[in-house]
Amino acid sequence: MDKENFTISVYTENNIGLLNRISAIFLKRHINLDSMTASQSEIKDVFRFTIAIKVTEEQVKKIVGQIEKQIEVIKAFYHKEEEIIYQETALFKVASKLLFEERQIQNVIKNSNANIVTVTPEFFVIEKTGRRREVDALYSKLEPYGLMQFTRSGRIAVTKDKMHISSILEKFASQTV
Amino acid sequence: METHTQTIRQKEKVTTERITGAEAVIRCLLAEGVDLIYGYPGGAIMPVYDELYKFQDKIHHVLTRHEQGATHAAQGYARASGKVGVAIATSGPGATNFVTGIADAQIDSTPMVCITGQVGSHLLGSDAFQETDIIGISTPVTKWNCQVTKAEKIPEVIAKAFYIARSGRPGPVLVDITKDAQFGEFDFVYEKCKGIRSYIPIPETTPDSLQNAAAIINEAKKPMIVFGQGVILGEAEEELKDFVEKTGIPAAWTILGLSALPTSHPLNVGMVGMHGNYGPNKLTNECDVLLAIGMRFDDRVTGKLDTYAKQAKIIHFEIDPSEVNKNVPVDIAVMGNVKHTLKEILPLVKPNEHQSWTEEFRAHDKIEFDKVIKEELYPEKDGLTMGEVLKGINQETAGDAIIVSDVGQHQMIACRYAEFKKSRSNVTSGGLGTMGFALPAAIGAKMGAPDREVVAIIGDGGYQMTIQELGTIFQTQVPVKIVVLNNDFLGMVRQWQQLFFDKRYASTEMINPDFVKIAEGYHIKAQKVTARNNLQEAIQEMIQHQGPYFLEVCVEKENNVFPMIPTGSSVSDIRLE
Repeated sequence: MDKENFTISVYTENNIGLLNRISAIFLKRHINLDSMTASQSEIKDVFRFTIAIKVTEEQVKKIVGQIEKQIEVIKAFYHKEEEIIYQETALFKVASKLLFEERQIQNVIKNSNANIVTVTPEFFVIEKTGRRREVDALYSKLEPYGLMQFTRSGRIAVTKDKMHISSILEKFASQTV
Repeated sequence: METHTQTIRQKEKVTTERITGAEAVIRCLLAEGVDLIYGYPGGAIMPVYDELYKFQDKIHHVLTRHEQGATHAAQGYARASGKVGVAIATSGPGATNFVTGIADAQIDSTPMVCITGQVGSHLLGSDAFQETDIIGISTPVTKWNCQVTKAEKIPEVIAKAFYIARSGRPGPVLVDITKDAQFGEFDFVYEKCKGIRSYIPIPETTPDSLQNAAAIINEAKKPMIVFGQGVILGEAEEELKDFVEKTGIPAAWTILGLSALPTSHPLNVGMVGMHGNYGPNKLTNECDVLLAIGMRFDDRVTGKLDTYAKQAKIIHFEIDPSEVNKNVPVDIAVMGNVKHTLKEILPLVKPNEHQSWTEEFRAHDKIEFDKVIKEELYPEKDGLTMGEVLKGINQETAGDAIIVSDVGQHQMIACRYAEFKKSRSNVTSGGLGTMGFALPAAIGAKMGAPDREVVAIIGDGGYQMTIQELGTIFQTQVPVKIVVLNNDFLGMVRQWQQLFFDKRYASTEMINPDFVKIAEGYHIKAQKVTARNNLQEAIQEMIQHQGPYFLEVCVEKENNVFPMIPTGSSVSDIRLE
């Protein structure tokens, strides 16, 4: 089986130490994460981890099983690329003088649908949200001019189909008096 | 750290009382039915020990001689009694000494609650005296763990700890309580945990899976069962027996499944795995349907996966969804507690006898007897074998004893040759293979099943890893029978060195002390046997002795355990010599 890019969505209780439990599952199997982000989810008090990895489907199934086994994990799902809408955000910090000396930069920014989020006399910051290859493309265009700083976020994703997480929680709520 | 786990609450009228966190720990334990705990005191857990002093008429605390011993004793107690074992220790080294026992309980699914003291919450993260991040350290080896920094959180967390430890696939949990939380006062109220929304202990059994499994079973010509500890943990011994007898399917066991079905049962065909029996290993690769019941396809069971039961349809009866298709892809997974699923499937399966197929197992038994067992149990050479010691114990205990074994050659011999009539009789460290397990585990097993004879079978290596627990035996006078099978070697490693490392015996030979004198130093009656003619009499004396007893048997130094499936080989390549 070939390795593919998978995105794992993990719905959890907000619990300190859970990040450690989840990352230990990858550590034990010697699997590198492409990225991991954690945030509030659409449900009150429920957190959501979004993890991007490149593994075989057989591996990702087993990993999801191990993640779900953790007591505070409500549900975990894995998705293929075509099943999700996903984005990353990158910030580029560039010296302000380049904006005037290297006119091409303005075109690069315009053509790449990036935004200038801040401008000071010394530097300006460009924000680009998109798929990895779009961010990479902008990086390769700006890099020759010299970047003062560059950073890119992990992948965030939503699925095209419903995830039945809400029904799981509703079922629980009906048991709670 | 606080838990935000959402629990199912039932509104009940409850009265509260203002007490300290330390007292709350004891009151929680009492509410969970705990009357016996194993532990070792120290600075960060002293408030709880002070309460143990006050509650000593209600909770018996056994002072082990090392925190590792406390965890193994709690494990032995849990394995023999079916109840949750409890161990308690201080922060720092006390807590880290727990880790081996916790890891052992995790891999062998033993219900255990470990409570550790922690430095005051204002000192957390300051590298304070005896501060260690036991939550971080124990995370990969616990089913759940939680640090409590506020007294009022103690009841909720301990309630959850017990619920998680014993429900579903059981396992160890650790609760770390800061010293200020132990001193803090609050209005105590205890509610047992009845559910956690993010945790499904027992998955649903689908009717389809039962129907489909039954159809395959009914069509099978050469079916075979391999059952594991899931049968014992699920208390499904009767259901297994009914299923085996109705379907007439020969049943083999994993090391942790041993004793779930009496060893003398006509359809019990022995042990699978590395040092298991010849028949069930060979015939794993000849059966047409393999029923895996409450077992997890450990590598010591399957050997090389590429050649494991490829010809067979595999049906997996399992409680833990993450175990399905983990090591061996299965055709049908029947999810649920095997007590439930075996009961449900029973009316769907046809009565059958697989006589000629079962005879194939017996034919293999005959070969194994001639090549291996005969010389092990009825040796013609002078040197004593481990097998004849087990035979002697069988003779004296008539299969009624709990056998607690350590790890190594003697463990394999004990599991191969011990006879068992009752469930929960085989206590051993299966998954982790923890040398030093048996002596403390035997203490726990005897306390968990006080009416049963408990015999610990230990090698000279493992014995010396936790030998200090003789102090616990002396102090408590717990009447365990200790048998050390002494070959002056780390025998299993030596066997591998002989077979796979051209007899380069690197650091496996042991110069041993006078074990009898050591036992006598603890005022434990002791005897050493070096010749066959004294053996049976010595075993008899040991079993008949009222208190604890130590028996050293000097066995042949360089005997090997066979049959054997070398690592990375197929189960059908099992070697008899």
